[in-house]
Amino acid sequence: MSDAPLLQAPRPRADLLLRDVRVLDPRAGLDARADVRICAGEVAELGTAGTLEPEPEAELLEGRGRLLVPAFFDPHVHLRTPGQEHKEDLESGTRAAAAGGFGAVAAMPNTAPVLDSAPLLGSLRETARREARVAVGFLAAITVGLQGEQLTEMAELRAAGALGFTDDGLPLQSAGMLRKALQYQRLCGGVVALHEEDPSLARAGSMHEGEVSAALGLSGIPTVSESTMVLRDAALAGYEDARVHFQHLSCVGSVEAVADAKRRGWRVSAEVTPHHLLLTDENVRGLDTRMKMNPPLASQPDRQALIEGLRSGTIDCIATDHAPHARDEKEVPFEQAPMGTTGLETAFAALYTGLVRPGMIDLGLLVARMTAGAELFDLAPFEIAPGRAANAALIDLDAEWVAGEQGWESRSDNCCFAGRRLHGRILLTLSGGGVAYRERALEPMAAA
Amino acid sequence: MNHLLSIEDLDRAAIERIVERAARFAEVSDREIKKVPALRGRMVLNLFYEASTRTRSSFELAAKRLSADVVNFAASGSSVEKGESLKDTVLTLSAHKPDAIVLRTPWAGAAELVCKWCSAAIVNAGDGKHEHPTQALLDVYTLRARLGGIDGASIWIVGDVAHSRVARSNIIAFRRMGARVTVAGPPTLIPRGIEALGCDVRYTLAELGSADVVYALRMQRERMTETWVPSLREYAAWYQVNGQRLAPHQVLMHPGPVNRGVELSGEVLDSPQAVVTAQVEAGVVVRMAVLYELLAAARPADRARAAQIAAEDAEPAALRARAGDRDPARAAGAGNVPGAGGR
Repeated sequence: MSDAPLLQAPRPRADLLLRDVRVLDPRAGLDARADVRICAGEVAELGTAGTLEPEPEAELLEGRGRLLVPAFFDPHVHLRTPGQEHKEDLESGTRAAAAGGFGAVAAMPNTAPVLDSAPLLGSLRETARREARVAVGFLAAITVGLQGEQLTEMAELRAAGALGFTDDGLPLQSAGMLRKALQYQRLCGGVVALHEEDPSLARAGSMHEGEVSAALGLSGIPTVSESTMVLRDAALAGYEDARVHFQHLSCVGSVEAVADAKRRGWRVSAEVTPHHLLLTDENVRGLDTRMKMNPPLASQPDRQALIEGLRSGTIDCIATDHAPHARDEKEVPFEQAPMGTTGLETAFAALYTGLVRPGMIDLGLLVARMTAGAELFDLAPFEIAPGRAANAALIDLDAEWVAGEQGWESRSDNCCFAGRRLHGRILLTLSGGGVAYRERALEPMAAA
Repeated sequence: MNHLLSIEDLDRAAIERIVERAARFAEVSDREIKKVPALRGRMVLNLFYEASTRTRSSFELAAKRLSADVVNFAASGSSVEKGESLKDTVLTLSAHKPDAIVLRTPWAGAAELVCKWCSAAIVNAGDGKHEHPTQALLDVYTLRARLGGIDGASIWIVGDVAHSRVARSNIIAFRRMGARVTVAGPPTLIPRGIEALGCDVRYTLAELGSADVVYALRMQRERMTETWVPSLREYAAWYQVNGQRLAPHQVLMHPGPVNRGVELSGEVLDSPQAVVTAQVEAGVVVRMAVLYELLAAARPADRARAAQIAAEDAEPAALRARAGDRDPARAAGAGNVPGAGGR
């Protein structure tokens, strides 16, 4: 592998003194009040709270005990470029990411055309160097055109900077094809990330199969559509000793399958979305198309199993599966609507409000799972430590806001949490040493 | 009632009110001139995204018997086939100012969605596999006429429940009217979780004898090519309502059109136990009652609109009357009205 897999547009390097912030970096075992000095985009010094003085050129921000965490890493977003820029593009998508406290995101290749060749990857990386507000990595397709019939030139794609491989959006139906991709991984590396769904079970379903789908007369997608594929592909990963990542787990059976694979020592990891952790098929009763996603929102026991999996570590990380769609595409009957919800701007606040405040998981665990995606893709995780580039988010945990009330940074507004009152507002996001996002309420302070 | 979107929205009293009003309209069909002027000058738009002769003509007849104007808009051969969205179609047709839109689509929840886009009263004439509320109302009407009441009756709904909006609406309506409901059919065509609607589930007709009413659903031929059942022959062997299975005291219903020899045998369809033609007759009077309820009794939205128009008409007159009035606040206010400042 030659080129660095993550790219972003150059930004002025930040010179900041964050005075009296609560620095929470679970990976470093750190949770303490401190002053954090950032010089020329690097963390220069962590000092006892209230003791550091800003340098003449630096901006002083009074933290007053507000939270500073390593910037989040999202291993699963759809930036819709090329081909569907009316939904999102690299600039708007990474602006949304920055507003959600993310310092880096991994973009999926189900674009139009599909990201399945090195020249296309090269041009996207060029665009990212010009437009991306936070760091972006690109996963390339496993099969040409996501058709499931022919492997992409994985080694060349990897050499050109592909972060990994996935046919996300569509399942890889053929076990034989997946096996070949896993064998090829020995040559080129790169995590193979899998969207698990058996089309013969999912059919044309538009929501979770259960009491709600029965009452609404919607074709249901049974949870076994996902879990049987997780079982199959975990076994393939074990057989080939390959590195496989399971995307957006949604049900009990999948969590159990991943737990079992990990017990056997197979090299698998898994992600879960905020919406699967917080919502169920009951939220679909009103046929709000923002609640239509793939995999679909499942039952309450499924949700509980996902929370437990997140807590135990069976599920390694949180991913938003940020999937923007234009308003007129979602303003149609439920069965006609495309699947997907946006999520970058609400992920932290929704999970903090829905899981941390009610005491279901603790804040340190949430931060750990929202940053863990980097390591899964063989990247150095963000840290708040001297000598490291500034990649961090400053958060006001007490701030309350209504999701979407002030509009969105994303080009699309199909967010399943829209209208909900949330706690926890991102005030500032530092990515790659520069300020990627700054909340309007965060007034600059005159340097002392 | 501003719209009829779902049987779910009607309590027992509302169902009874509509059915009783329908009974009063039944007399109109027996007149030499089958028409009353209740909805004269009102416009009913039939917007159908699925082929339907029966339901559409039943609504059309109902509207015409009430003297409403009717426009039929079928999705085939129209702008819809050229890719127009449901919303754009509704906005465009709203320019004709329909008082009611009767909507049939293959999509669950479409009727509810359309309510947000226009001011007409919306009647759901079938939204995907979700609901078909006027069918449930006409079935309640038919059964009350036949049995006197539904309370305590055992009703079996037999066949392809999974793809049936009739089944869903009728389970809810029959239960609200006090009946016990059982659904029966091939396991591939009984949706998982249907018990949550308050019905029992059976996979054979072994206990069919306990039913007071047998409601057979249409078995569509496409279901076989989609491999939901191995063959229509096998389906008929297990689930056909025929002379051996139907007891003499049982009432037989079917929403039509019937596949003779598949879900029903010819002998039971032609027997006096079958009330299929009574259902069709009930369809017109029940739809008259629904349209009457939505359009003749002035809707709150209409009243609000009328009040608004009256206020708009009154305002310039009031201003004129006060021209030269010494009330300075009022004079200043008049000066702020665009185009009303004529000096």
